[in-house]
Amino acid sequence: MSGPTFSSPMRPDESARALESEGRLVGDESIRDEADGAGSQDAASVARAAMDAEAAEVATTRGRRWTLPKDADPNVPLLVVENLRTYFTLESGTVKAVDGVSFTLRHGEALGIAGESGCGKTTTALSLVRILPSNGKVVEGSIKLMGIDLVGKSEKALRRYRWRQISIVFQGAMNALNPVQRVRDQIAEPIEERLNQSPDVARRRAGELLELVGIPRERGKAYPHELSGGMRQRAMIAMALACDPAIVIGDEPTTALDVMVQAQILQLLEDLRHKLGLSLVLITHDLSVIAETCDRVMMMYAGRVAEEGPVSEVFGRPRHPYTQKLLAAFPNIHADRRTLDVIPGSPPDLRDPPPGCRFAPRCSFAMDVCTEVVPPEVTFDGVRVACHLYPAGSDGTPITVPPGPAVDAGVAAAPA
Amino acid sequence: MTEVARQSEPATEPATESAAEPVPLIEVAGLEVHFPIRRGIVDVLRRRVSGVVRAVDGIDLSLNRGEVLALVGESGSGKTTTGRVIVKLTKQTGGRVLFEGRDVSMLWGASKLRPYRRRVQLIFQDPYETLNPKQSIFDFVAEPLVVNGLAKGEERVPRVLAALEAAGLRPASDFAYRFPHELSGGQRQRVVIAGALVMDPDIIVADEPVSMLDVSIRTELLRLMLDLRVERGLTYLFITHDLSLAWVIADRIAVMYLGKILEIGPAERVIRSPRNPYTKALVSVSPSPVAPTAGERARRTILEGETPDAAHIPTGCRFHPRCPVAFDRCKVDEPPLFDVGGGQSAACWLAEDGELPVAPTTLVATAAADPTPTTTRPA
Repeated sequence: MSGPTFSSPMRPDESARALESEGRLVGDESIRDEADGAGSQDAASVARAAMDAEAAEVATTRGRRWTLPKDADPNVPLLVVENLRTYFTLESGTVKAVDGVSFTLRHGEALGIAGESGCGKTTTALSLVRILPSNGKVVEGSIKLMGIDLVGKSEKALRRYRWRQISIVFQGAMNALNPVQRVRDQIAEPIEERLNQSPDVARRRAGELLELVGIPRERGKAYPHELSGGMRQRAMIAMALACDPAIVIGDEPTTALDVMVQAQILQLLEDLRHKLGLSLVLITHDLSVIAETCDRVMMMYAGRVAEEGPVSEVFGRPRHPYTQKLLAAFPNIHADRRTLDVIPGSPPDLRDPPPGCRFAPRCSFAMDVCTEVVPPEVTFDGVRVACHLYPAGSDGTPITVPPGPAVDAGVAAAPA
Repeated sequence: MTEVARQSEPATEPATESAAEPVPLIEVAGLEVHFPIRRGIVDVLRRRVSGVVRAVDGIDLSLNRGEVLALVGESGSGKTTTGRVIVKLTKQTGGRVLFEGRDVSMLWGASKLRPYRRRVQLIFQDPYETLNPKQSIFDFVAEPLVVNGLAKGEERVPRVLAALEAAGLRPASDFAYRFPHELSGGQRQRVVIAGALVMDPDIIVADEPVSMLDVSIRTELLRLMLDLRVERGLTYLFITHDLSLAWVIADRIAVMYLGKILEIGPAERVIRSPRNPYTKALVSVSPSPVAPTAGERARRTILEGETPDAAHIPTGCRFHPRCPVAFDRCKVDEPPLFDVGGGQSAACWLAEDGELPVAPTTLVATAAADPTPTTTRPA
């Protein structure tokens, strides 16, 4: 388990305030006005059809209407992370929270990062915009946003990208919102400060954003405590959208919510993604949330990628033993089975991770090689998996029965 | 339903019990918890009430020995309040709680409650807050023994170690003298369970016991709880917002909404053939780690809006403003729980047709026949 916790990342409004003010305000109302202004019914429907076609087009090229940063390369994937290593320095040693993680996020795609506490999923996300606790540092690797490497950027240069290119919806909206400021003003603040808009324009835009996420404009006058949990989470999403970012990162965005509200929020995210052409990174321990919203999933274990690929493939035909175990440990109301699997043991101490495969001590498939050699990442049919059961050159057929005598997976022993 | 035999304790068996019909371990009849709303200091001083929050608004439940009953509901449904009344942490304003057929609703005060609390234990959601950071594990688990005068000094040791072992902290001597910060989240919750087990209770009321924990640790704890039920004949009232969790561990499921039970029955029936539209919607949105097909997405009912607050409960069926199939009658008349067969009951006018329109259960009859409900209703 990694030592440091992330309970107090910078508040979004604070980070927004800290950010440089630059850019231009964008809204999708301009096209809507054109369509409404069309005279006859026919013209209106033609305009609407044209708008739909345009929307479909911008969904692929992203629906944002302002210029990309000047060194951006529009022909590369939106975000390419390679060999990312983020370490935390503690008195008792160095915690290798993220240790060689690579992934790609394409335009308009939703990627889920899944794993248990301490697997490095939140650290990976916070590393992208470098809002790590003070003892955390990206020590290696590259983070390329539209071809621009963010790792080498100075703190000042990085501010151009936070919030405007990549924004975050934090878990626990009650703690992330300022309790003594009206919700509308909190959303208006980044627009005003960051995009250099007048207070009036910023407030009007905040009102539009509230309506976009399903909060009546008038409710913007409310203080956070006057809103329900679901409404607060919606307000957080509106705030994340304030500067029209390319990527929205959701860090456990629905974890504290009721099932019905969770379903509403997930649907909202899905709608927004298509409407605004957003790209999403969803971080959660809840595999069902990922199954629900994401195109691809990256399973992380102890700071490394265990398996990554399309959701239907990874969850439908899991290859890595960890993915298999975690899926079986998940209660599924729609399955016939009413049993749950147990994964014996607990994740390794990341100050001193085991050599070889980090899941080996808990794995019922473990072979000798697993405790000695770090498994390379091998790709089969678009699924990347790091496990010695699937060496390069094998056919990558999922293996579900442990080779040889299985380790007793009893619950008797308490985790050490 | 798994009935687990337990060595009977004749002394506690009520004398009136007929041999044929076993008395439920816990029976709740017409339970009401209404909290007065007082706005401002003037209201408080004048004892003026400007409204009432009907947190629990007339529910009937019974729990048999060895059974796991899951009480499922969203926040504000009254599920936690119900649990708190059963463990006597909150006073009911109406209705009764029977333990082995005896009315315990008027039992108050530490000394009178002691024997009851020995047998009814509570586990809270957050093991980080339940444990005192300055208290060793041994002291935490031993405390109820001391408070209840069951053991002191050296006598405590074997009982505490046995409870820790039973909760899966082995070897217990390794854990007993540690402090909470030295343990992982799963181990802390095991300590909390040990603290409940040391009293050798009959029933454990578990309020979201695994919500804070990771999936893999969660399953270990659920398995521990189910093993303990077999070993010790424990009964659980399992309070959760997560229907899929209830599906995995419960024999019976009761679905609460705004202080009322809308549906209750065997887990299999409530999940597979829900009769109340609210349960149906909950089941349809309960996520699973399998990507939903287009057909599944289409069949899904995402309810609009949120649960109204319990100070302004809608007329008629309290679910009607959000119900996708509500009709005129629902706005006026509140449906009782209709028995729809197979031990399942649903509070919905649509469940009335073609089934026996049985007025809820015998429990309501007893509650109605009792002219003096225990009440501490605010004036």
